[in-house]
Amino acid sequence: MFKKYRNIVAALILAALMTGITGGCSRNQQETGNTKSLTIKGSDTMVHLVTAWAEAYMKVHPNAEISVTGGGSGTGIAALLNGTTDLCAASRKIKPKEVELAESKSIFPKEFVVGRDGIAVVVNPDNSINDLSMEQLKKIFTGAYTNWSQVKGEKEKIVVLSRESNSGTYVFFQKTVLKKEDYTAEALLMPASSSIIQSVSVDKTSIGYIGLGYALDAGEKVKIVNIINDNSTDPVSPTMETVKNGSYPIARPLHLYTDGKPSVIAQTFIEFCNSAEGQKIVVETGYIPL
Amino acid sequence: MQFFGAYQLSNWKDKVIKLIFLSAASTSVLVVALIFLFLGNEAIPFARDPGIGELWQSRWSPVSFVKESFGIIPLITGSLLVTLIAIVLAVPFGVGGAVYLSEIASKGEKEFLKPFIELLAGIPSVVIGFFGLIVLSPLIKQVFHLSSGLNAITGGILLALMAVPTIVSVSEDAIRAVPGYLTEASLALGATRLQTIWKVTVPAAISGISAAILLGIGRVIGETMTVMMVTGNAARITLSPFQSVRTMTATIAAEMGEVPFGSDHYRALFWVGIILLLFTFALVLLSHRIMKKYKSLP
Repeated sequence: MFKKYRNIVAALILAALMTGITGGCSRNQQETGNTKSLTIKGSDTMVHLVTAWAEAYMKVHPNAEISVTGGGSGTGIAALLNGTTDLCAASRKIKPKEVELAESKSIFPKEFVVGRDGIAVVVNPDNSINDLSMEQLKKIFTGAYTNWSQVKGEKEKIVVLSRESNSGTYVFFQKTVLKKEDYTAEALLMPASSSIIQSVSVDKTSIGYIGLGYALDAGEKVKIVNIINDNSTDPVSPTMETVKNGSYPIARPLHLYTDGKPSVIAQTFIEFCNSAEGQKIVVETGYIPL
Repeated sequence: MQFFGAYQLSNWKDKVIKLIFLSAASTSVLVVALIFLFLGNEAIPFARDPGIGELWQSRWSPVSFVKESFGIIPLITGSLLVTLIAIVLAVPFGVGGAVYLSEIASKGEKEFLKPFIELLAGIPSVVIGFFGLIVLSPLIKQVFHLSSGLNAITGGILLALMAVPTIVSVSEDAIRAVPGYLTEASLALGATRLQTIWKVTVPAAISGISAAILLGIGRVIGETMTVMMVTGNAARITLSPFQSVRTMTATIAAEMGEVPFGSDHYRALFWVGIILLLFTFALVLLSHRIMKKYKSLP
């Protein structure tokens, strides 16, 4: 008799536990304003960095409970607008349209710059090209140039690789390099930075763009192109110094957003990110400190 | 009296059990109806503004500073091209395999082959995609002297791998269901085994085999992860298998994650979903009708 119902009893206990847990969670979330738990959601580019920060922060503040999830900058901003996250990590600036939407929900996003990220243009190591100007890059990615010979390379068709349109990097590259023009319809849209590296390392004629951290990690598999600024003739390679002093043109700030004035824990967390220790983590994870 | 009581109890029990099974069976109806309702609800505002005509264009460029365009024609042709390649490749293998398994193979061979075919059906699509990205795509690039191995044919070959198990198992059932007297009569008339298979058994099972192929198409057109990884995802209208294409499924999967809620782009993606759903719905309906016809065979 008892045996017969054992499974059911076990299931009921499990169910009770689970409702207990989720109930507990939602209570936590309601109180996040003044307790020690913090949720951070947003950019996939920043997820390693924010996780490393959270771990280091929790070591110093054992009472703090920080949960970090990715999903993309847009997802994070949407979560901030819906009140389902305390902090939002974004590799792009919040759009005016999103601010408008937020204010209609009486949410007032406050921006904190916590680091920088360089974007490297990569080609196959066998490609003879070493330097490209911003103008040439624009022409390649918008499809005005379709052959490497047009930029003094070998006589071969250019295969343009881009990230997917949901990527913050896609939008940033479009804004800075393509000067807000559209990518060529011939561009192959790759689902992840790793697939761009994979393709560039095997296709001799392809060109793509990825975060500097990824490009440096890829090592010999790809060649990082030096960029020639507008009004200049000197090629600049993306390094910590050139991104920091602004001479490398394709770099962007990384942001954290809060709703209005940050809570005490959010404030201390942001202060931690911008501290010497926090910025050391920025370097360790392959990004550029402030 | 006692009998009556027992009867009543069982009657009551019957009703409850019937109700439980009825609700289990109608859940799927309810879910399908809700999905249609939900998709429609999210998509309809797009039809009012900017208008359904926006969808009927040749350029899909949803993130743009110049002009956002939501033409789904390249996505439809992309899905169709990949599916066509996959089916052209999968049908000979699938039907041939089914014929061999049901008519020619010995019991031992069958017991050896069947688990492998089932295993093929069980490989996660992301693993197949990974294999495609690392192994097949460089190979295709080399063999056909292309500038990139990420194109429709790479996607088609991988999808064919995924469609074969479906086609094999459903066609095998159809061939097995061909009444024994047909084959026996054919053999008795002096036809060889091969003649019997191709002239009698397969034609008799043709409606079941067509249903199998349609189910295979359904499997292929809805596949997402593999095509997203290997087709290059460039949204352009092409009929060349060596060009990169962007499928409807990959578009939804890649873009839904970070699309601003309630924007035109968001609603356009729901339209893509509706069109995809209509495609698979038509396929299922068609295969259902063919199956019904084949059930009523002599």
